[in-house]
Amino acid sequence: MIELRDVHKSFGPKQVLRGVDLTIGRGKSMVIIGGSGTGKSVALKCILGLIPPDKGLITVDGDDVTRLRQGSAERDEFLARFGMLFQGGALFDSLTVWQNVAFRLLRGSLKKSKDEAREIAIEKLRRVGLTPDVAELFPAELSGGMQKRVGLARAIAAEPEIIFFDEPTTGLDPIMAGVINELIREIVVEMGATAMTITHDMTSVRAIADDVAMLHGGKIRWTGPVAEMDASGDPYVTQFISGSPEGPIETVR
Amino acid sequence: MSFLAAIGRIVLGVLAAIGQATLFALDTVSHLVRPPFYPRELASAVMQIGYFSLPVVGLTTIFTGGALALQIYAGGARFSAEAVVPQIVAIGMVRELGPVLVGLMIAARVTSSIAAEIATMKVTEQIDALVTLSTNPMKYLTLPRVLAATLVMPILVAVGNVIGIMGGYLVGVNRLGFNAGTYIRNTIDFLEPSDIATSLAKGAVFGFLAALMGCYYGMQSGRGAQGVGRATKSAVVAASVLILAANFILTELFFAA
Ligand SMILES: Nc1ncnc2c1ncn2[C@@H]1O[C@H](COP(=O)(O)OP(=O)(O)O)[C@@H](O)[C@H]1O
Ligand SMILES: [Mg+2]
Repeated sequence: MIELRDVHKSFGPKQVLRGVDLTIGRGKSMVIIGGSGTGKSVALKCILGLIPPDKGLITVDGDDVTRLRQGSAERDEFLARFGMLFQGGALFDSLTVWQNVAFRLLRGSLKKSKDEAREIAIEKLRRVGLTPDVAELFPAELSGGMQKRVGLARAIAAEPEIIFFDEPTTGLDPIMAGVINELIREIVVEMGATAMTITHDMTSVRAIADDVAMLHGGKIRWTGPVAEMDASGDPYVTQFISGSPEGPIETVR
Repeated sequence: MSFLAAIGRIVLGVLAAIGQATLFALDTVSHLVRPPFYPRELASAVMQIGYFSLPVVGLTTIFTGGALALQIYAGGARFSAEAVVPQIVAIGMVRELGPVLVGLMIAARVTSSIAAEIATMKVTEQIDALVTLSTNPMKYLTLPRVLAATLVMPILVAVGNVIGIMGGYLVGVNRLGFNAGTYIRNTIDFLEPSDIATSLAKGAVFGFLAALMGCYYGMQSGRGAQGVGRATKSAVVAASVLILAANFILTELFFAA
């Protein structure tokens, strides 16, 4: 279970998170929605300890994650339970596609033989709809959508318990987006993983989510089961779902 | 008053930067004895920093050695001391110009590429990705580069010294009428082992500083393409200044009697 309590984060004078409270149950799929630039990616990075929050408490299974020292063995162990798809893919451009996907399997505590790691990488690539011949290419040789899917394959390669997806379907064609949505759902159901997904894509929300939370103005504006989203009664949520320019959310931000 | 305040702010900023860079250096060195290690990364850094720098090292030192011979001959002629060309070229190259020129070329070639690469990795979240994959960027990126530069720079400096002396020799023998055998004998007889040892020691220090600045500014990079550009520029400037300052301090330490 992941809990955020009163999490604050500012960059200089800009207050991005102003008291986020959120609970994600074990084995649940939580989807975070909200306008671009509202701090969704920052919130994920706070949980992973990539960005230190200014204030507030973040716990995973009851343990305070902000206490873990950078580079300590406890932190490595903590991070080994996570998989993360970064918004921009964040593939290592000095490594080939399969070496990216198998990064965790080629070193450290989860180390496997090279052949085994390569085999797993190719299997994960197949699951995100990529053929084995991309395995030997370098990230720079792929299109943006393909890079995203390689990033997704890397995030799930070591079968983590907790997976964060930052805009997994942005930049993909609708069919590929459907494949990815199904894959995320499968990972949660089959592997029993806890997933946290950021997306703007309402089709994706309905396909992936158990629960939905909307981030607005640095706080969680609304959260609840996906079935209640349409009848939330919250004007911000309603406007976001319908994509209407009319409503309480400013269109110039 | 506001002028003094501005100077104060700059001084404080520089002191803070020195403090941060020193902490970064200590952190880097501490990973020497803390596994995991990444030998593959080290090997690739040795190739990048050492092997591929050889052409540039050879080119800069051969021309400098040649020019040095011409200058010493012309200057020496003013008090009929033309004959000292081999000795002065040797000592000038080995003690000063070899390490400094190679150091500055490494600052241009290696510091810039390290800074740009790491800054790009930072800006495109690759550093964050490394961390989430339980890999410490200090161990995986910084230590291999800094260690490789410290180890290969003495070799590059040795190569530079030899080629620089050869530049002087070519000019001395072909243009200034020195006897080939005498030129080489004078060079070898004159150089002390301590000259060579200090030359290589300077090289190691300059290599350490050059790679360290590349990594430090790369890791500190601001966001976007502008951040990468700034990081690269700052790294090269800092590495060059530090190399020249360290050269002065080391020369004072080694040679001031
Ligand atoms: N490392 C950083 N330094 C400064 N500002 C940042 C940093 N990361 C994010 N921000 C700012 O925080 C805000 C929220 O960013 P982000 O979480 O990426 O938005 P999104 O909700 O679209 O994912 C943006 O205004 C962004 O400029
Ligand atoms: Mg984002």
